[in-house]
Amino acid sequence: MMILSRSVALISLFLLPLLTFSFSVDNPTDRRVLVLLDDLSLKSSHSIFFNTLKSRGFDLDFKLAEDPKLALQRYGQYLYDGLIIFAPSTERLGGSLDSKSIADFVDSGRDLILSADTSASDLIRGIATECGVDFDEDSSAMVIDHTSFSASDVDGDHTLIAADDLVKSDVILGKAKIEAPVLFRGVAHSLNPTNNLVLKVLSASPSAYSANPSSKLSSPPQLTGSAISLVSVMQARNNARVVISGSLQLFSDRLIRSGVQKAGSPNQYEKSGNEQFVTELSKWVFHERGHLKAGSLVHHRVGETDEPAIYRIKDDLEFSVEIYEWSGKSWEPYVANDVQVQFYMMSPYVLKTLSTDKKGLFHTSFKVPDVYGVFQFKVEYEKLGYTTLSLSKQIPVRPYRHNEYERFIPTAYPYYGACFTTMAGFFVFSFVYLYHK
Amino acid sequence: MAALESPQPATATAMRHAFGNVLSVLILVLIGVLAFSIRLFSVIKYESVIHEFDPYFNYRVTQFLSKNGIYEFWNWFDDRTWYPLGRVIGGTVYPGLTLTAGTIWWVLNSLNIPLSVETVCVFTAPVFSAFASWATYLLTKEVKGSGAGLAAAALLAMVPSYISRSVAGSYDNEAVAIFALIFTFYLYIKTLNTGSLFYATLNALAYFYMVCSWGGYTFIINLIPMHVLLCIVTGRYSPRLYIAYAPLVVLGTLLAALVPVVGFNAVLTSEHFASFLVFIIIHVVALVYYIKGILTPKMFKVAVTLVVSIGMVVCLIVVAILVALVASSPTGGWSGRSLSLLDPTYASKYIPIIASVSEHQPPTWPSYFMDINVLAFLVPAGIIACFSPLSDSSSFVVLYIVMSVYFSGVMVRLMLVLAPAACIMSGIALSQAFDVFTGSIKYQLGGSSNSADDAEDTNNAPKDDAAAGKTDKGEETVKERSSKKGKKKEREPVEKPSIKSKIKKKALVLPLEASIVALLLLIMLGAFYVIHCVWAAAEAYSAPSIVLTSQSRDGLHVFDDFRESYAWLSHNTDVDDKVASWWDYGYQTTAMANRTVIVDNNTWNNTHIATVGTAMSSPEKAAWEIFNSLDVKYVLVVFGGLIGYPSDDINKFLWMVRIGGGVFPHIKEADYLRDGQYRIDSEATPTMLNCLMYKLSYYRFVETDGKGYDRVRRTEIGKKNFKLTHFEEVFTSHHWMVRIYKLKPARNRIRGKAKKLKSKTSSGWSSKSAKKNPWI
Repeated sequence: MMILSRSVALISLFLLPLLTFSFSVDNPTDRRVLVLLDDLSLKSSHSIFFNTLKSRGFDLDFKLAEDPKLALQRYGQYLYDGLIIFAPSTERLGGSLDSKSIADFVDSGRDLILSADTSASDLIRGIATECGVDFDEDSSAMVIDHTSFSASDVDGDHTLIAADDLVKSDVILGKAKIEAPVLFRGVAHSLNPTNNLVLKVLSASPSAYSANPSSKLSSPPQLTGSAISLVSVMQARNNARVVISGSLQLFSDRLIRSGVQKAGSPNQYEKSGNEQFVTELSKWVFHERGHLKAGSLVHHRVGETDEPAIYRIKDDLEFSVEIYEWSGKSWEPYVANDVQVQFYMMSPYVLKTLSTDKKGLFHTSFKVPDVYGVFQFKVEYEKLGYTTLSLSKQIPVRPYRHNEYERFIPTAYPYYGACFTTMAGFFVFSFVYLYHK
Repeated sequence: MAALESPQPATATAMRHAFGNVLSVLILVLIGVLAFSIRLFSVIKYESVIHEFDPYFNYRVTQFLSKNGIYEFWNWFDDRTWYPLGRVIGGTVYPGLTLTAGTIWWVLNSLNIPLSVETVCVFTAPVFSAFASWATYLLTKEVKGSGAGLAAAALLAMVPSYISRSVAGSYDNEAVAIFALIFTFYLYIKTLNTGSLFYATLNALAYFYMVCSWGGYTFIINLIPMHVLLCIVTGRYSPRLYIAYAPLVVLGTLLAALVPVVGFNAVLTSEHFASFLVFIIIHVVALVYYIKGILTPKMFKVAVTLVVSIGMVVCLIVVAILVALVASSPTGGWSGRSLSLLDPTYASKYIPIIASVSEHQPPTWPSYFMDINVLAFLVPAGIIACFSPLSDSSSFVVLYIVMSVYFSGVMVRLMLVLAPAACIMSGIALSQAFDVFTGSIKYQLGGSSNSADDAEDTNNAPKDDAAAGKTDKGEETVKERSSKKGKKKEREPVEKPSIKSKIKKKALVLPLEASIVALLLLIMLGAFYVIHCVWAAAEAYSAPSIVLTSQSRDGLHVFDDFRESYAWLSHNTDVDDKVASWWDYGYQTTAMANRTVIVDNNTWNNTHIATVGTAMSSPEKAAWEIFNSLDVKYVLVVFGGLIGYPSDDINKFLWMVRIGGGVFPHIKEADYLRDGQYRIDSEATPTMLNCLMYKLSYYRFVETDGKGYDRVRRTEIGKKNFKLTHFEEVFTSHHWMVRIYKLKPARNRIRGKAKKLKSKTSSGWSSKSAKKNPWI
């Protein structure tokens, strides 16, 4: 046992410098990103997107998707913190990679940007399905919208969509509003509404539908209207983040640079919203934004500082928890007025909104309910765009001890009186009975 | 009477009495040794361990008591059981046993005898069974003299029914409660015979000890009032009866209310009402007797009408109040267990949780023969002996046997209450029979020339079992005490029957040959009883049930799977992990593995048990959700299919379904039944084959023999190859008796639709809308 633990310590000592660069609790932003391309020309055609990443300090490693030397991990350690797959047509990934190993990559808490396009391969569809996103089965289908297409596409088949139905979240898309519509040309996908991990970031307009533009529609399209998602994100339960886009062109320099005018709309924009959209989205997906961390749950009786092993019913207690938000560089106090704590035993007995001191400390105080049992302090914080906080701490609550009840109850004084007068009466009676003659 | 005639025989009888006393003390000591040592088979054959289920809880409580002291024990809130409700142990446990063992441990330790708590707990029951046999001696002696007392004590020392609950290691309430029960009855009879307030007070204290020890105290508080009522109705009211009863009710009820688990129940529940009713009646009767004493007969007639009418009114009012009280409570004021006493079918009809316990089932006829053996045949003789002559005390034991026979017919568990009564009756019967036979032999051998006095004398001559001398002595002491204490009025009714009996005895002279043969037959009967008892103690009742053994051609097999898996739990899981299992294994898990359990053998919360039952009878996903909501980490199932251990979870499964279905109606028993049976073979219903219990029991079972042959159900299982999606197997004991599964964590991602599944359901989904989606 000793030897084993020592060797483990030794190994971790070796790995320490390595580990510090990788994804960690203290520094959630990704650093090393693997970019898989099906054609190295994408490197230049999508250079604006890649350059913004590089300028933010990401270490991009471009590889062909079929490169036989591809590997995500070596000796059980992941080599990358993030993965960008811009290889919609790749049928097989090189090396040991397949959809399962990519799913494992996500399950290890690492992030992924996946972009499909028309005629996306089964592999890409499979990865998307693993993440809860279903692309239109018809591999030649595209999103067509005869009302909100881009004006530049006026003669075409209305597959260049000017979408402006963005999710309203400052955390995902940044504080600055994206004014110009986002240009999109690609394949539609849908989400299962019962899946609460996935979210549409860019939705199609109600008039959109998914079909093959070059052939006549023989049957009604399966995906229509705002059920169609153009770009979706998934945040897994371990807070790994995934962006899935139906269009690779969305990231391309051409659409980023092009001006946009939505058909039938007087507003004309110099530049499409694409750049801002993909930049902000990449900030979110690589944990530069919206990442929360919480300290441990602290609780104690009012007037004390130490955490008791057990509470008594009707005790007054104080509860606090520290929550910080990652700004991309440092941990900043998280400020919100909607963090709640539950005092929970099968159902919440107390549900209190925590007040914050704006320095990251959230606190409240409440009275333990008049119910004994094994309770939990629970902080379940799920806010759109933020990582999920799920903290709980078990604490038993006991009933009164035998000597913690009131000794004399005022309302019972008649009974006490009755008791003692009976005793006195009996004594007098015995005395009289025994000594009366 | 013979002693009065000349000084010579007087010294002889004195010598004989002294000799008899020494002999009976010696016999009592030997009986004590016998009672103790016959219960050591379990230690010798297995080891010094706590047995079964409930004893583990008692052991754990005793450990807590010895570690933390009595106040902590009183206020103990246990957060490791009934998660997340917890259990207030101090207020819901009968503390008598724990306090007794704790005190013994404390005394031994302060005498520098460093015994472990476990050792003390293991040997508490045998020690108290020795006490119980001595108490039986005292009780029977009060009823029919010391000959009968010794016989009864010897019988009780080895009655199988009592052995079954008091072998070394069977550390349960009954271990001390039977002693307390008999001792309380003894003190009651003693008070009744002497009219002494001292014994009455002791009686109340003994009753208090009984209340501390066992819920069966309600038997005492109903039986004694019934006897008092019987005495009053048969015109046997006396001040002694009043002394025996009134202090018991007043002091006893006050003391009983001090026990936290009883508390106000001592005056609020119907089980206690009979005693209060009789308490009122005895006062009315006492008043009548008093008035009769101070009034002339003529005045008395007037007074009687007055008193009777007033008494009737009072009684009516009281009855009305009682009826109103009883009617206002939902179960009619009766707890489920008591109701099932009155209506044996009540529990199985309405309360599956009571019916599910095997010891709450009515016994079968063979179990009578198994548990009390030849006593069953001796009891009627004893009853007859009690009627010649009938005294207050003998009427009590008759009432006791009648009531206990009825109750034992309702619940196997209450066989334990029958056993002492049967022993007392059989002791009386044996003693009387020996009296008659040896008396006849002596008479025949001594020749017919003897006078009546001689015949009387021979009647009391020492016998093989040395009981005869005591009979005579016992009667005399009874007379002496009553004459000392009582007034002249009472003396006569006591003496009259004894004179009568002597007259009768003279007539009971049998032929020599018949007596010898009968004597031999009786001795043979006794020998059979002893053989049966030793066999029962050694073979039938000594298994600790946590260690199993089986004898086969290639020797003895020991199945120690339970302790293996509890040890696994305690070594491989986190201290605060919760383990779910059927409630039978709750006590053992908390005591042996020290892990939090969801339900345990203290079945106080039916809903909670039903939740676990529902989870066990649900499909995997639903079960996972139930267990996850209870923070369960591990699920433990007991499976006997590999080695043929019949009391496994599949055989208990019907109760899980019934109890679960009783609270959660979506569990329907019919879904699990094929042709009215729970089947697990290829005929089994799909619900059965998909329920969690089936899956956890038979997961990978087919790998053992390639066919999946279940040796308990004697069939091949219905579904052999299947995978678990929400649970993973983490431990299976050596003989597969205990299997422990871990709940898999929730999936990190939620997968999209499988490719082929894509259909028109998408519109249906969107109509359902994403109400659970926190992102929107």
